Amino acid sequence: MTQATPSSELGWKRHSKPLVPYETSEKLGRFSLLAITLGAFAFLYVPIIVLVVFSFNSARTGAVWQGFTLSWYERMINNERLIDAALKSLVIATVSTIIAVIIGTLTALAMERYKFRSKGAWDALLYMPVIVPEIVMGVSLAMFFGLVSGGVKALVTAVTGVEPEVADVRGFGTLVISHVAFSMPFVYLTVRARLADFDTTLEEAAKDLGANEMRTFMRITLPLLAPGIISGALLALTLSIDDFIISFFVNGKGWNTLPIYIWSALKQGVTPEINAVSTALLLFSILIVTLSVVIQRRQQ
Amino acid sequence: MPDTPTADIGVELRDVVKKFGEVAAVDHVSLAVRNKEFFAMLGPSGCGKTTCLRMIAGFERPTSGEVYINGEAQGATPPFERNVNTVFQSYALFPHMTVAQNVAFGLEMRGVAAPEVKRRVGEALELVRLPHLASRYPKQMSGGQQQRVALARALVNRPQVLLLDEPLGALDQKLRKEMQLELKSLQTQVGITFVFVTHDQEEALTMSDRICVMSQGHALQVGTPVEIYERPNCRFVADFIGETNFIDGTVSAVNGDFATLKTAAGMPVTGRIGGGPDARPTVGANATVSVRPEKITLAEKAPESGVNAHEVRVFSVGYVGSDTRVVVKLGDANIDVWEQNSVSTLDPNYFFRPGETAWLTFKPENALVLTS
Amino acid sequence: MMQRFRERPGLRLFSLMLPGGFWLIVFFLIPLAVIGAISFMGRDDLGSPTLPWTTDAYAQAFDPIYLQLFLFSMWLSLLTTLATLIIAMPVALFIARMPKKWRNLMIFLVMIPFWTNFLVRTYALLFLLRANGPMNNILMGVGLIQEPISLLSTPFAVWVGLVYGNLPFMILPLYSSLEKFDWTLIEAANDLGANTVKAFFRVMLPLTAPGLLAGSILTFVPAVGSYITVELMGGGKTTMIGRVIATQFGTAGNWPLGSAMSLILMVIVTLAAVLYFRAGRGERMAL
Repeated sequence: MTQATPSSELGWKRHSKPLVPYETSEKLGRFSLLAITLGAFAFLYVPIIVLVVFSFNSARTGAVWQGFTLSWYERMINNERLIDAALKSLVIATVSTIIAVIIGTLTALAMERYKFRSKGAWDALLYMPVIVPEIVMGVSLAMFFGLVSGGVKALVTAVTGVEPEVADVRGFGTLVISHVAFSMPFVYLTVRARLADFDTTLEEAAKDLGANEMRTFMRITLPLLAPGIISGALLALTLSIDDFIISFFVNGKGWNTLPIYIWSALKQGVTPEINAVSTALLLFSILIVTLSVVIQRRQQ
Repeated sequence: MPDTPTADIGVELRDVVKKFGEVAAVDHVSLAVRNKEFFAMLGPSGCGKTTCLRMIAGFERPTSGEVYINGEAQGATPPFERNVNTVFQSYALFPHMTVAQNVAFGLEMRGVAAPEVKRRVGEALELVRLPHLASRYPKQMSGGQQQRVALARALVNRPQVLLLDEPLGALDQKLRKEMQLELKSLQTQVGITFVFVTHDQEEALTMSDRICVMSQGHALQVGTPVEIYERPNCRFVADFIGETNFIDGTVSAVNGDFATLKTAAGMPVTGRIGGGPDARPTVGANATVSVRPEKITLAEKAPESGVNAHEVRVFSVGYVGSDTRVVVKLGDANIDVWEQNSVSTLDPNYFFRPGETAWLTFKPENALVLTS
Repeated sequence: MMQRFRERPGLRLFSLMLPGGFWLIVFFLIPLAVIGAISFMGRDDLGSPTLPWTTDAYAQAFDPIYLQLFLFSMWLSLLTTLATLIIAMPVALFIARMPKKWRNLMIFLVMIPFWTNFLVRTYALLFLLRANGPMNNILMGVGLIQEPISLLSTPFAVWVGLVYGNLPFMILPLYSSLEKFDWTLIEAANDLGANTVKAFFRVMLPLTAPGLLAGSILTFVPAVGSYITVELMGGGKTTMIGRVIATQFGTAGNWPLGSAMSLILMVIVTLAAVLYFRAGRGERMAL
């Protein structure tokens, strides 16, 4: 270690002759990265773009371009069952998002700001809905609501003495309950991540300046948490509108959401109208992504 | 620069240009670093010094010109096939490896046998006085310790040249001073060429055998610390290294090694002609006299020799212990004068006071006339 | 009231946790317990679950037919994870190395499919690949095939569908860990004699492992339980465990078996998640 050794003793010999010159292989590497990236984007976007294009195709069946038309969109707007399903989706998404955001934020505050003995278990429990397969959640909720319906039936029978013909709790309520159950943990995780970076001296400063707990929360904590809460809300909204499997198991009669409508339409055969609905949903997603990106920008 | 590198030259840059887009970060730089030399590249940020270092390491390729290591043109040789190692400004220690694993990395890459790796890692950690921290992770260490691990990680490979990119930049003042001494003694101990990039002139002056001063992509001057300080070859170097006073004027007389300027106020100032052999000032040209504050003396009475003697008004006086820093007015110009406090006294009359008049003198051989 | 709150942090914690805790216990945990209970029931003459407790459903679930199905589902999900990883890694690398303004655009383009309805996206793929769809037309147009060929209803089609559906879920976490990656570490590795390949495996891969693991979990878990993709791309000919569970609660009407399968699926998924958290903790300790 005390002397610089001549290079030959160190195994510093240049590799006799590399198969490809270093520069060439470097360029090759960069080129293949570019090629794979372009390929991946093509893979992601070609099906979507084809779908959008064919929503304007006048041919009813087949995949041959026969001219531009807006008639599928016209049919979509005039399709009462579809519009009904879309409105129901929107109402369910709105209500479940509001509930999920409130509950998720409260839970995040509790989990981030307090130390308690069962915290580890709650941590795991709050993660579980994110991990459990949708199909499992769907069937378990279906069984649960079935059981509750049975209970209601028995209760009504016991109280009135008359056995009701149908006692099915499934419908709007069960849809909202289920959507909150799977979207709340996402809100919780988003808000908690934001809370973790929270500078608590700001709250201390507010209290120092004479604000009580409530006012500190409303004037300082909440506004600073807002970007996290809004991101969580957008996530909950999207999850709710997109959900098919769980809704399918808990919806009950007359409560078809948009994905359920699309699914049953698909089962009867592919029509350009489905392409039109899909395009509309795609536009909705682009809107949501743009919103969430704008919020993140603001955050920085 | 000689065309063929002598055996004594470790690293050489020949007419190197590096452009990023249209901007030339390094503009026709030629310099040669001798073997076993502690060589500093000094300049303000953005002067191209780090780019030079990165070209030697192989992270960047010159747009034109060539880098030679040990007389071999490097061309497109990738960094992993060059016999040089780098200590990065951020240290760039691998966070997922322990100190020992970090230090062993280079040897493993070279296929050195395991027992040999173990022995050399031990030696290297011994050298930087960290053998007790071998199993720590970088995150668990202080900045100074991380710095030493980075050193050990580079030195363990026994490179021909060690490149150091502002290695002390992240340390606090006290640690910096310690590490300066330690680096210097380490370099003597291992006998490896060090090329050291810094923006700190004091650091460069204390540690280096030779310094290259860079500005805006140009290598302005290469020389020993004394040469750089006492004989700067241009206004930028004189200004960048240490403190100096510039007195502007037009050349009125040239006499052998000396030239006299007349300032705008008509005062004559004489100094040694600086700036290299081809920089002879001509009568009537604009020039500057550079004179360092410690080379000027102030007196209450007019000195006997009339050369470079001017009556001035004391503007401010600052006592800093070792010397007294006086600012005087020569016409409109502020001139800094540092007077060494070689006498121990409490007498207030010993010091000048603002508002007083005094006589300023300096010897022509202690001032430099710089053209351009 | 306020006074009581201030003096008793325990009360405050309780009221903050109450709604979320209630919701998760009643509408998530209890339903799981319900199918847990059903999985240990037998069936009466009409096929409804009935007591006494029995492990028949589990015995049935481990029947070679279903066991094979589990293994096939896991295998296909593993292949899906692998394929998305192989595609997503270069993509994430390429985006992370782009200039800032391009990076944001590219990530925006990955986020659109990320947020788009999964059913719609799978349908888009189905639309492209179906028997008289655009893909067949193109293939016939260039003369590669004479008549429409079946591009669907094969395990391969399901695999393509799963890769297609999950690719954005792999790219995003990989990208976010690559974005934070300190590229001078690669220079340091190169400087110490590691070529590009060695630097990738020794430095970059271990340091981006958290993103890699997160992406793998985000791909593997939904793939094992997938229903939409199997139903649409498998065309009833290729099936996976998620679809079979749905069938047990639908036309087959065997709730205990469906419940038992659900619980087994949950065990598989939980094991994968636990592995992930274990690995994640190890990483955090070192970093």
